Amino acid sequence: MNLREAVVAVRETGDFTALQEAIPYARFMGITAELVDGDVVSRMRYSDHLVGNASVPALHGGTLGALLESAAIFKLLWHGETTSVPKTINITVEYLRGARAQDVFARAEFTRRGRRVANVRVFAWQDDPQEPVALATAHFLLVQD
Amino acid sequence: MSDSFLPQRDEIRRRLEGRYVGSVPHNRALNLRVADYRPEHLSLALPYREDLVGNPETGVLHGGCITSLIDATCGGAVILSLVAPRRIATLDLRIDYVRPALPHQEVICDAHCYKVTRHVAFVRAAAHHGDKASPIATASGTFVVFPDDNRSSGGEPE
Repeated sequence: MNLREAVVAVRETGDFTALQEAIPYARFMGITAELVDGDVVSRMRYSDHLVGNASVPALHGGTLGALLESAAIFKLLWHGETTSVPKTINITVEYLRGARAQDVFARAEFTRRGRRVANVRVFAWQDDPQEPVALATAHFLLVQD
Repeated sequence: MSDSFLPQRDEIRRRLEGRYVGSVPHNRALNLRVADYRPEHLSLALPYREDLVGNPETGVLHGGCITSLIDATCGGAVILSLVAPRRIATLDLRIDYVRPALPHQEVICDAHCYKVTRHVAFVRAAAHHGDKASPIATASGTFVVFPDDNRSSGGEPE
């Protein structure tokens, strides 16, 4: 299944497995998503190769950025009308606390979703959504089919 | 520069690679390598790999691994700029994607730590395919520099 077919399949079934299968990097990172109370919640499954500081151990900051960006894209694809993947214009990641060697979850919110540009806030947490490990503000260009 | 400096540079490069890549599992998983270094500057390269592709239609690397490359390079540039070893942590990192990346090409990140204060370091970076004048992404980051004293280096959970 190619990426566009996967986007269609996800919108029909609400099962994001097809999307993860279609994106090599998502498989490499163990990043997937599921619907929780009607909202897209992304998840990065812990794996030893995600560690940045082995002595703590703590996850690599870049992996949190990757999850936050992916979570925004998954949510945009879920709510979008086209099968084109939105292009990241920019992303600012704030690191709030060290992320431990376990799964990380992320949820995105649209602060504004126009025809061409979407402004998105993304929150990543481990045990408690009220204690995020990282936040992102990102802008995406919405590509027409 | 005279050739006689090369063995020394190679030795330093090996040490930097051990420090920024060998001892950092995720940098190792991405096969990052030290492309260049000089005081306050570090360049790391991310080799192209099919399993890091974000969009199979274009074959272009996912922004996520470019974020990891930029974060690793900026952090390394900070460590190179410190007069003594200190623990550091990324406070924030902003990345602007100014041009689409090309498939089947490695990405190089050049980072410059242009200011270090007692507690904070400031870095600018750019990622490109070998031509610095034509970046894929530009970035700026700030890092917290923790004090040397272990007892007062809190702020992170156990």
